[in-house]
Amino acid sequence: MISFELNGKTVQVDAAPDTPLLWTVRDHLNLKGSKFGCGMGLCGSCSMLINGESTRTCILPLSAVEGRKITTIEGIGNPEMMSTLQQAWVDSSVAQCGYCQSGQLVSATALLAKNNNPSDEQIEEAMSGNICRCGTYPDIKKAIKSAAKELRTGNGTLQTVGYFNPKTTTDQEV
Amino acid sequence: MTTPTIEKNEFENLKTYGSDVSSSRRSFLKNLSLAGGGLIVGLPLTACANAHLPNSSEGALQPNALLQISSDNQVNFYVPRSEMGQGIYTGLTTIVAEELDIDPKSINIIHAAAHDDYNNPEYGMQITGGSTSVRAHFLPLRQLAANTRLVLRQAASQQLKLDLASITTDNGKIVVNGKALPYGDFADFASTMDFPENALLKDKSQFKYMGKMAPRLDGVSKSTGTAKFGIDVDFEGLYRTALKRTPVFGGTVKSFDSTQAETMPGVKAVVKIHNGVAVVADHYYQAKNALTALKIEWDFPEILSKFSSDSTASDNGKGLFTTALNSDDSTNSSEEGDGIDGLKNSDSIVTGEYWAPYLAHSTMEPMNCTAKIDGDKMELWVGSQAPTVAKLTAAYYTDISPDNVTVNSTFLGGGFGRRSGTDFIAEAAAIAKASGLPVQLVWSREDDMKHGLYRPASLARFKIGLNQQGLIDTWTVKRSGPQIMPYTLDSMIDAILPSFLPNGMVDWLSKRGYGIFDSLTVDHTSVEGLSEDYDAPHKSSDHVTADPGLPLGYWRAVGHSFSGFFKESMMDEIAVLQKQDAVEYRLKHLTKNPKLANTLTIAAEKAGWNKPLPKGHFHGVAAHSSFNSHVSQVAEVSVENNKLKIHKVVCVVDCGLAINPGIVQAQMESGIIYGLTAALYGEITLKDGVVQQSNFHDYPALRMNETPDIEVIIVESDEAPTGVGEPGLPPVAAAVANAIYAATGKRLRSLPLKLS
Repeated sequence: MISFELNGKTVQVDAAPDTPLLWTVRDHLNLKGSKFGCGMGLCGSCSMLINGESTRTCILPLSAVEGRKITTIEGIGNPEMMSTLQQAWVDSSVAQCGYCQSGQLVSATALLAKNNNPSDEQIEEAMSGNICRCGTYPDIKKAIKSAAKELRTGNGTLQTVGYFNPKTTTDQEV
Repeated sequence: MTTPTIEKNEFENLKTYGSDVSSSRRSFLKNLSLAGGGLIVGLPLTACANAHLPNSSEGALQPNALLQISSDNQVNFYVPRSEMGQGIYTGLTTIVAEELDIDPKSINIIHAAAHDDYNNPEYGMQITGGSTSVRAHFLPLRQLAANTRLVLRQAASQQLKLDLASITTDNGKIVVNGKALPYGDFADFASTMDFPENALLKDKSQFKYMGKMAPRLDGVSKSTGTAKFGIDVDFEGLYRTALKRTPVFGGTVKSFDSTQAETMPGVKAVVKIHNGVAVVADHYYQAKNALTALKIEWDFPEILSKFSSDSTASDNGKGLFTTALNSDDSTNSSEEGDGIDGLKNSDSIVTGEYWAPYLAHSTMEPMNCTAKIDGDKMELWVGSQAPTVAKLTAAYYTDISPDNVTVNSTFLGGGFGRRSGTDFIAEAAAIAKASGLPVQLVWSREDDMKHGLYRPASLARFKIGLNQQGLIDTWTVKRSGPQIMPYTLDSMIDAILPSFLPNGMVDWLSKRGYGIFDSLTVDHTSVEGLSEDYDAPHKSSDHVTADPGLPLGYWRAVGHSFSGFFKESMMDEIAVLQKQDAVEYRLKHLTKNPKLANTLTIAAEKAGWNKPLPKGHFHGVAAHSSFNSHVSQVAEVSVENNKLKIHKVVCVVDCGLAINPGIVQAQMESGIIYGLTAALYGEITLKDGVVQQSNFHDYPALRMNETPDIEVIIVESDEAPTGVGEPGLPPVAAAVANAIYAATGKRLRSLPLKLS
């Protein structure tokens, strides 16, 4: 049994210690928002916040996260209560296919938590670990800047929820 | 503002087609299939007057399988095309909302299941591709929604005993005497009435939603991790599977030893299927780990296993393509005027030869499919660009009747043409059958790179004849490379052809049929875009097949993905040789293509063509028509210490009416960025028939820090919409290569563009 904090709630998982965190969260804990893209830590689709850092979890073994605080896209906001960044994402119609966007939002959240007035270069540096094949980069940049502006007024929030299970709150039937 | 001109013509056709059918509901369905004028397969009509709908509901107004208004006021739109990022989920819903007079956000959007009622009018099959979705559905959906709104008003008129003219609508409500009643109140009664055929469509000046900026309708789910992709499908009792495929396409398993794999944690079954050995386990990573413990002996096909991209032999590597190009063994695909004989009277001849490699799609969501067999029934969950072909394929690989196969559609984590293939669906179905377990097959990124349906490598040589004034009088081009259609036929034909056809006929039609397709005809995607755009009295276009045997598929913009680079590089070389301005010289040859000329003029103006640029910055231009749209781009680059930086791309598109201008802009950016990845990095190579690339480290994708500023200008238009998913891509590689020439004097004639 390995235990860690996921979206504000302590969870215990009975899985092999070399199981990547991504598959633990997707298969064992049934949170599907974090995506599998490359399995080599190259594309960023699997990004989660670990102690505030955007981290590639497709290559991170479960054994390495014992006792740590992990936030997935589900812990940032939900359709009823989106974070400022998520709202900016919606307003700018950032997503195209949408598959990489959880990872993009996690990296952008980590950036704005440290710097609510990032330059173009700082945005590019923080986001260059996340690949998007649809090419949503221009809209991502726009949304980050718009959210940063909102955050600087003191009205925004980077995280609206603790634990959230999309199985019970989904806005899209399969 | 006038009603779009094309719309009027097609509207006439709709009426003509419908006139001989007594039931208006049936005639509408028929119209839906005929409006595009394309191939008609699986017309969604039965002899029975009450055509069975895949989603019928009691007491609901349901003119056809696409639209349903229930008594409790649910407006359901079964979006017939697959959403893979291109925005069709929003675009088609906006079209329905406009004529139905309801806020698009109030409509429940449901991914259509596999059923012929959801066929693409342009293909006669349930296929999403060819940048056709808005173009093909624009009129049929408007008419469907307008007719639905009319029948609701008619129902209200009868029920309330009021004159029809006094009944209006506002955002999903019937409005009478200042009182607003939900559409649902009239749905049951309206469903008993004759469904009207030809309600008046709105004039452009009346549009509330079409042509306006509005957020995407899938934005919330895709920004909160709640959008469901195929890979997110899960249910009690579902197992995961991973497959060890033949490293050389077409290979088969000679023998295998699974002793060790079967003892590994979580492993439930190890099964052999048509192209490899699969492990079924409780969890994905368990299945993937166990693959490494399999020992497999293979039989490889002879031709492909001999092919190596870096070979210098005349019958291998690029030599295979060059030898074919130099042969006289080509097939003419189009000719105008005197064709190639026009060159005899030319004052001078310019030649250019260009190369484009094989490319993988590398969608962000790796291929995956979930399959569950229960007795003689099967259920699939998959994000597919071709759900009915998926159904037939899964049926074929399991000997289950297609009528007993249900396909549940999901969002697609990228398509770009890759998900029009059904190879991964065949695998999932075969594994489910062989193991007797419900399985979700997930490809690794390595599987995706090494087992793609690739963009065909292509070599082309232009011979362009000029007259004494330096204008083009003869445009000739010959292309060598493999053709996509034989591979498409080969992968689909067993599944889609009726089972009563003899095997010999199936073989004859497919690729394994001794090259019948290749020797008889030219697939238009082999030559599209090579010779159409510019004026020349004499033209000829030829193709010769050179085929190493790597499987092919439709890659974003298809033939235009290489022809845009070839043709626009050639045009630039001619302008340079003639010491003419690259924009002016193109415009002189665009008198028959005024829309492309217009985009070029605007692009030059917006980019500041011939105006001073920052020191060390240079412009390159390219223009290309594809998928009925017209796009011109100007790239601004610098080359310092042999390192290329792309600063900006100005892109002007004429795509008719932009249903959602924000999505059109995003699709142009998307095409440019996808095209820049190919222009700068994209190259799939083979060694002894095995693809050498495996993941994003050796097949990179453009990242944010490499992405230029992109300015998109959409030409204001009153004409019906044309394609946007693909047309942004074809010009960009040439615009960059032409700018590199301006910066360095180096003419790069091969993709990807390498400075040294």
